[in-house]
Amino acid sequence: MFEAVAFYLFAFLTIVMFSITVMTSHALYALTALAAGMIFISAFFFILGADFLGAVQIIVYTGAVMALYAFGMMFFDTTRDVKEKKGNKFIIIGLSTFAAIMVVAIFMVPMVSTNMTAFYPMIEGAGNTQTVGLVLFTKYLIPFEVAAIMLLVAMIAGIVLAGKKMDLSLTLMNAEEIIEIEEKDKKVLS
Amino acid sequence: MEIGLNHYLVLSTILFAIGLVGIMRRKNLLLLFFATEILLNSVNIAFAAISHYYGDLTGQMFAFFVIAIAASELAVGLGLLIVWYKRHGNIDLDTMTSMRG
Amino acid sequence: MEIYLYIALFAPLVSSMFSALFTNTPKKQFVGIVASSLILTAFVSSSILLNHILNGGEPIHVEMMTWMATGNLYIPFGFVVDQISVTMMMVVTLVSTIVHIYSIGYMDHDKGFNRFFAWLSAFVFSMMILVMSDNFAGLFIGWEGVGLCSWGLIGFWFHKEVATWAANEAFIMNRIADLGMLIGIFLVYWNTGSLQYDISFPAMAHLDTETLTWIGIFLFVGAMGKSAQFPLHTWLADAMEGPTPVSALIHAATMVTAGVYLVIRSNELYSLIPHVGLFIASLGTFVALFAASMALVNRDMKRVIAYSTLSQLGYMFAAAGLGAYWVALFHLMAHAFFKALLFLGAGNVMHAMDNELDPFKMGGLKKVMKGTWIMMTIASLALAGVVPFAGFFSKDTILEAAFAEHHYVIYGVLLFTAGLTAFYSFRLVALIFHGEERYKIFGIHPHEAYKFMLVGMSPLLILAMIAGIFQVPFFNMVEEILSATEYHIHSHTTLWIMLVGTQVFVGIAIMYAYKKYMSQSSVPDGTSKMENSFMYKLLINQYYIPFAYEEYLVKPYRELSAALWVVDQKVVDATVDGIANIFYSTGENTRDMQSGNLSTMLKWMVAGTVVLLSFAVVFGLAARYSDEILAILSGLGV
Repeated sequence: MFEAVAFYLFAFLTIVMFSITVMTSHALYALTALAAGMIFISAFFFILGADFLGAVQIIVYTGAVMALYAFGMMFFDTTRDVKEKKGNKFIIIGLSTFAAIMVVAIFMVPMVSTNMTAFYPMIEGAGNTQTVGLVLFTKYLIPFEVAAIMLLVAMIAGIVLAGKKMDLSLTLMNAEEIIEIEEKDKKVLS
Repeated sequence: MEIGLNHYLVLSTILFAIGLVGIMRRKNLLLLFFATEILLNSVNIAFAAISHYYGDLTGQMFAFFVIAIAASELAVGLGLLIVWYKRHGNIDLDTMTSMRG
Repeated sequence: MEIYLYIALFAPLVSSMFSALFTNTPKKQFVGIVASSLILTAFVSSSILLNHILNGGEPIHVEMMTWMATGNLYIPFGFVVDQISVTMMMVVTLVSTIVHIYSIGYMDHDKGFNRFFAWLSAFVFSMMILVMSDNFAGLFIGWEGVGLCSWGLIGFWFHKEVATWAANEAFIMNRIADLGMLIGIFLVYWNTGSLQYDISFPAMAHLDTETLTWIGIFLFVGAMGKSAQFPLHTWLADAMEGPTPVSALIHAATMVTAGVYLVIRSNELYSLIPHVGLFIASLGTFVALFAASMALVNRDMKRVIAYSTLSQLGYMFAAAGLGAYWVALFHLMAHAFFKALLFLGAGNVMHAMDNELDPFKMGGLKKVMKGTWIMMTIASLALAGVVPFAGFFSKDTILEAAFAEHHYVIYGVLLFTAGLTAFYSFRLVALIFHGEERYKIFGIHPHEAYKFMLVGMSPLLILAMIAGIFQVPFFNMVEEILSATEYHIHSHTTLWIMLVGTQVFVGIAIMYAYKKYMSQSSVPDGTSKMENSFMYKLLINQYYIPFAYEEYLVKPYRELSAALWVVDQKVVDATVDGIANIFYSTGENTRDMQSGNLSTMLKWMVAGTVVLLSFAVVFGLAARYSDEILAILSGLGV
């Protein structure tokens, strides 16, 4: 029973939060609602017994991703409402509803699969984190390593794209040159 | 009342639909990214639910990697957004039509 | 021998093509000369062929090439020169040559000189195809061709609205009749399996009378249109809007006789259905009287001659209907000569009178135009059937045929009409050439036509006088293929009484005409008692038939067309435009896909996803429940 209460509560909250994200005209409200939604989704993970996943969701999504978005928000004058040219409301809502119905129709078909065997079954007795660790570092090692490289690449890309004056290397210059550059900057700014 | 797999899948579908509304509706690039995050999260719920009800860890692994990918995609996306903003001064989708034709 | 056939057939075509090269250039004299020479060549070839046939030669068959060979249908471009067609060929080419030469003078000051010869020669070519073809399909090609060229020639002065209206009237009336003819041709093919004369006519002997009656009636409907029988007769009088050489060639000697030719050619058919023949004869007799009555009071010189043509066509159909096919053909030949002569003479008068057509405004022209006067008088004598001119031999034989077949009513009416014919012909001659010179009031200075035109008309004059002596050789020639019945009146006395009586009757009519109109001094202006009498009004308005056609046929049809035009616009145009619009609007709306706008692209992506999901659901359901679906479909009987 607890599970049902928790499920419905968090489901309601999640839906409301995400609706705010897509419907509101305040950019800041959208950001906040998105962060809240992320937290509630991690609640679902915990209900489903995926402890590790829930923790990762909070740390990565709510922590890192939201922080990144918050930095991105610096590009907005947040007191102003986001003006959006109206697209045809009916098409939008209609298409989405139709898609939802289709998907539900697909999934509501009773899944009769008696011979579905689990590839990586959960081990009784061990906690979720341990099981995840076991599978991750044995069966999913290569995707893990590849994901690591990809994150590295993304990080470098982010730095390169957003960085300023990347052609100068301050550590390799001696003190006079740094002072020269600073004075030049002051002249430009004044 | 017993919460079955179907409940989670319906929830996931509803969230996915909300995400779709978001990406169709939003004209601001940053807010478009928000909607994309919603899409990804709804799929994660689905994976986790299936994984739970079938006792298979594959779903959780997949969700895990989805989170990683989403994070890196976001980093690169925001970097590009910044570059564009510096060049054009705004991030309204209606002005980004240089790929027309 | 075949080379002469091809020369006679294609020389007019060469002439037409040659003249057509110069249509847009100003008048060039040599165009007329070249055209006339080529038609003369055709005439010489036809004469050689006539000579060949007269001396007992075999009819010449050629099959130039295949036109259609599909399934059981085989229609070649085939031509035959037998007794009937060689007579027609000779008549057509002779009158055409003379008309061509005449036109060089008549159309002297016309801007469309070259175009005229192109149309005229094209007409001769079509007529040659018509008479020389050996199957119904070729006949029909020639039929349509002469209809087209007649349209082009009647409406030659196309900037006159009256002329274009008359041309359209002629063409449309012909077309209406052609529908009947086409149905007749279809019936011939359906019942006999071939359109060749030499195959279908013998096969007709084995068909039942009802089918033959229908075929005969429908073919005759076509002849009715072309030869302007009642009720499709109004176009002939209106066709006088064209230049006079056109009237001489087409509406006197050749096109209007195409209907008679058709009946003569189909004599094997019509002799099997004598009741239809009687109907044709009765209709012909009626038309003869009908047209003659309208000519009595008409004040347009060319119209009088046109009604006279109509009347004589009635005579020809009466003869053909009674089974006297060779008499009809002979009268056709003789009539062509003197009618063409009459029209050409009228052309001279028109030229002299500055295109004035009312004979009441002329008078006393014999002093100035001696040659034309002599020609027209002799032609009128021939027309009236006075011995020893050509008309006597042919017309009288028709009367004899009617009497000998015991159709006394037809005989009586035709006799009365002969009197009327004499009266109105000489009314015209008296008004134009005798009496006071009424034209002086209008300040017209008449002069005779060019010498070469008169010289050109002289062969017709000679033939109009002497054609009677050809009757016996003609009879011997056509006896092979036409049922050559000699008409014997039982007692010699009856025959002599008939002959002499006819001549006396005609003579009285002529003298009465002279007496009445020789002393005409004033131009009637609509106030005299005779002009306001009922009979006069009835006749001068052509029994109000054109008025009735206009009121009860043309106007309602125009209203109907106007109403249906709205349907055409709203339904047909809307549908066609709608189909085009679908493509256009699809393109317009999907143009957004390439607009470069990310938001739009995302919307399209979602739409595509929805479509794919629908397919997934549908196909999934189909796969899941395939057995049940098959059961339902087989239950429905698919």
